[in-house]
Amino acid sequence: MLSRVGDSTYWIGRYIERAENNSRLLDVNVQMLLDFGRRSAETDRQFWLPILSTLEDTELFRQLHPEFTAEAVLDYVTFEARNPNSIRSCIGFARENARAVRDQISSEMWEKINGLYLYFRDGSAMRDFRANSHEFYDRVTYESQLIQGVTDATMTHGEAWRFIQAGKFIERADCTSRILDLKYHILLPNGEQVGGNVDISQWMYVLRSCSSMEAYLKIKRGDVTPWGVAEFLICHDEFPRSIRFCVDRLDGALHDISGTEERHFANEPERLSGLLRSQLDYATVDSIFRQGLHEYLDSVQARLIELDVAFHQTYCAY
Amino acid sequence: MPLFDNYEPGDFFDEMFSSAGEVRPHYRLLLERASEMSPGEFNLKRGIAEKSYLNQGITFTVYNDKQEGTERIFPFDLIPRVIPRAEWEQIERGLKQRLTALNAFLYDIYHDQRIVKEGVIPGEIIRSAKHFRPEFSGFNVPKNIYIHVCGTDLIRDRDGRYLVLEDNARCPSGVSYVLESRMTMKRVFPQLFGRYGVRPVDRYAQDLLDVLQHIAPAGAAGDPAVVVLTPGIHNSAYFEHSFLARAMGIEIVTGADLVVQSDRVFMKTTKGLKPVHVIYRRIDDDFLDPKVFRADSLLGVPGLVEACRKGNVSLANAIGTGVADDKVVYYYVPAMIKFYLGEEAILPNVETYLSAVESDRKFILENLEKLVVKSANESGGYGMLMGPSATREEIETFRGLIEADPRNFVAQPVVALSRSPTWCDGRMEGRHIDLRPFVLCGEEVRIIPGGLTRVAMRKGSLVVNSSQGGGSKDTWVLDGGDAPC
Repeated sequence: MLSRVGDSTYWIGRYIERAENNSRLLDVNVQMLLDFGRRSAETDRQFWLPILSTLEDTELFRQLHPEFTAEAVLDYVTFEARNPNSIRSCIGFARENARAVRDQISSEMWEKINGLYLYFRDGSAMRDFRANSHEFYDRVTYESQLIQGVTDATMTHGEAWRFIQAGKFIERADCTSRILDLKYHILLPNGEQVGGNVDISQWMYVLRSCSSMEAYLKIKRGDVTPWGVAEFLICHDEFPRSIRFCVDRLDGALHDISGTEERHFANEPERLSGLLRSQLDYATVDSIFRQGLHEYLDSVQARLIELDVAFHQTYCAY
Repeated sequence: MPLFDNYEPGDFFDEMFSSAGEVRPHYRLLLERASEMSPGEFNLKRGIAEKSYLNQGITFTVYNDKQEGTERIFPFDLIPRVIPRAEWEQIERGLKQRLTALNAFLYDIYHDQRIVKEGVIPGEIIRSAKHFRPEFSGFNVPKNIYIHVCGTDLIRDRDGRYLVLEDNARCPSGVSYVLESRMTMKRVFPQLFGRYGVRPVDRYAQDLLDVLQHIAPAGAAGDPAVVVLTPGIHNSAYFEHSFLARAMGIEIVTGADLVVQSDRVFMKTTKGLKPVHVIYRRIDDDFLDPKVFRADSLLGVPGLVEACRKGNVSLANAIGTGVADDKVVYYYVPAMIKFYLGEEAILPNVETYLSAVESDRKFILENLEKLVVKSANESGGYGMLMGPSATREEIETFRGLIEADPRNFVAQPVVALSRSPTWCDGRMEGRHIDLRPFVLCGEEVRIIPGGLTRVAMRKGSLVVNSSQGGGSKDTWVLDGGDAPC
C-alpha cells in the first residue's frame, strides 16, 4: 500500500473519531448548563472556557472572538472553518482524505462520509443546529458512528483498514483523556466541596461525554466518585472508550500492520505503544491520583503525540 | 407525448427531429417511451440521477471561482444522443485514420522531419509550437506510439456533417462521465435499454490497461506495475483519475508518492519502495519533472524524464504530444493524412484561418465579430473569443493579442452546432452539442462506441466545456440498423 494511502486512511480514522467526540462533548455541555440555573456572562465563562482549554484552542478563539460568549464557543468548535479542529473541519478533512483514497475504501464508506460533508456544506447542518442543537449533535454523533460501522462491515480488513483502526483508537484515547481532563479545568463554585453535589454532577457530565454513563453505573453500582470515574475511563479493560482499551487496540492494529508477534516490537511506534500499554495495564487509581490526575493525563497525551510522530515516520515519511 | 409537445427543432440540425413533429427513425423508440411518461415521472428520474451523481462525488472543479464550493456536479441530461450504426462506423474509420496520421507525424517530427523537408508544414510552425520538445528529437518511444489516448472533438454543422473541431492529444478527460452516465441511464431506463440494442462501453478500462501493458519496458517482463499519476485531489479531473485507477485495479499516485533512484521509478509504500514500469500520467509535460521542465513544479517527480529516456519507465501519453494538438498544427492534419497515409481525410476539419498567414490575418482582423478566435494552446474553453456574442472591449483585446502574437491564434467561422432536445427549466428545448470519442492506440486502435456528448446548457450558447457551464448526455451507438425494433 502506498505510504500516502496509509497516511490518508489513518487520518480518516482520526478525523471521524474527533468529529464524534467534539459533538458529544458540546452536546453534553449544553445539556449540563440547563441544570445550573440562570445564565450569566460568568456561567458562560465557567462552562465554556474549559471546553476550549481542553481542546487547546483558546489562542485562535481569542483572535476570532474578542468577546466571550457561549454561542461563540459553540460556533467555533462546531462550524468555524478557520478552526482546524471544528466538527465541520474534521468532516471536511476526513472527506478530503477519503477522496484521495477512493480506490481503497468501499463505496458505501465514501457515500456516508461524503453525505455528512454535504450535510454541512449545503447549510442543512446550520439549520438543524439552530432549530434544535441537541438533535443536531445527536445526528452528527450518529452519522460518525455509522461511518465507523459501515467501515467495519464493508471494507476489506486488510492493511488500509488497519490504518483506519490505528487512527481511530489513538484519537479516541486522546479524546477520552481530554474529556477526563476537562474536570481539572472546571472550577468548583465558591463554597462547594470536593465530593459535593456540584462536583459529582460534573463527574457525571464527564461520563456522559464519553457515552459511558450506563456502563459505569452497571459496573460501579451507581456510586459516582472522582476516583471511580477516573479509574473507569483510564483503566477499564473492556469499556471501548477507556484509554487502556484504546491503547490495547491501537497496539493490536500496529502489530497487525507489521505482522510482528504480540509483546514484541519491530519498530518505534510498536515500542511506544507497548510501553504505554503496559503502564496502563498495571496502573492503579491511587498511583494516578498520587501523581495528580491532570499531570498523569498530560503525560498520556504526550505519549500519544510521540506515537503519532513515530508512526508517521515509520510508514509515511521515511 | 407530453414531454416533446411543442418542441421546436429550430433552424439547426436537430439530432432527434428532421422537422417539427417528424422524428428521425433511430429516435422513434425513445419518443414512444417518452410519450408514456409525464413530466412528473421524468423529473423523478432526473432527481434519482442527480442524487446518485452527488452522492458518488462525481464532480469537477471550476477555476476562477473564489467560493468554497469549487466542486460541482456535472449537469447530466437524460435524453440520450443516438447514433445509427452506419454513421458510427464512418466516424470510427475517420478517427482511426486521424490518430494513425498523428502518431506518424509525431514520430516524423521527432526524427527526420520529412514533412517539413518536403514542404508540407513550415518548419517555423513546429519550432514555435509551445509544446514541441526538441530535447526529445531522436528519442524512440516504446512501439513508436506517442498518443495512446486521444480525445477528438467532433461537431455537426447545419447539414449534419461531422467535422473535427480539435484533437486533445495530451491528457483528454471525460471518459469517466461516459462510463458513469451509462450506468446511471441503465438504472433509470432499464426497459428502454433492453429494446434499443445499445452497444456497450464498459470495456474501456480493460482496453486502456491493455494499451498501458503493451508499452511496458522490456525489463518489466511478465507483470509490469502500471499506475495512474494524478496532480491530486484538487485537480478538476481527479474524480476521473481515481475512477480509472479503480476500474483498472491499479494504484493512483501523486508525484510525492514516486521517487527515482538510479534512473528507475519506485513508489513509496508502507512496506518500502516498489518498482513502477508504466505511468498513465494525467499531468502535463511542463509539470512532470522539475529537473527538466518547470523547476517550480511540485506535482512531478525529479528524475522521471531521465528514467523515461533510459527506457526504464514508459509514459502514456509520451512527452511532446502537445505539438499535435496545437491549433495551428490542427490546420495541417488533413495534409498530414494525405502525406503519411496517401488518403483523403474521412472526417474534415472546420474551415480555419491562420493569423500567422498575412492574408488570413487581414481577413480575421476585419471579421472578428463574425469569427471564433482560439489561442493555439488553451483548452477547456479558456482563451477564446466568440465574435458574435463578444463585447466591443473583448474584440479589441483579442485584436491586440493577435497583432502582438500572430503565431498563436487561429480563427474559424461560427459553426451552427447540431442541437439535441434537452430538459431545461421544466421543458424540452434544443441545445447545442458536440461529441468527444476516446481513441486508444496500443497494439491496434480501439474506440469505445460513442463517447462523451457535451451539451451547452445555456440557451443559444455554443460553448460546451464543463468549465463554462456545459453538461453531458449519454451517447448511444446502435447495434442494429437505423430503426431499432
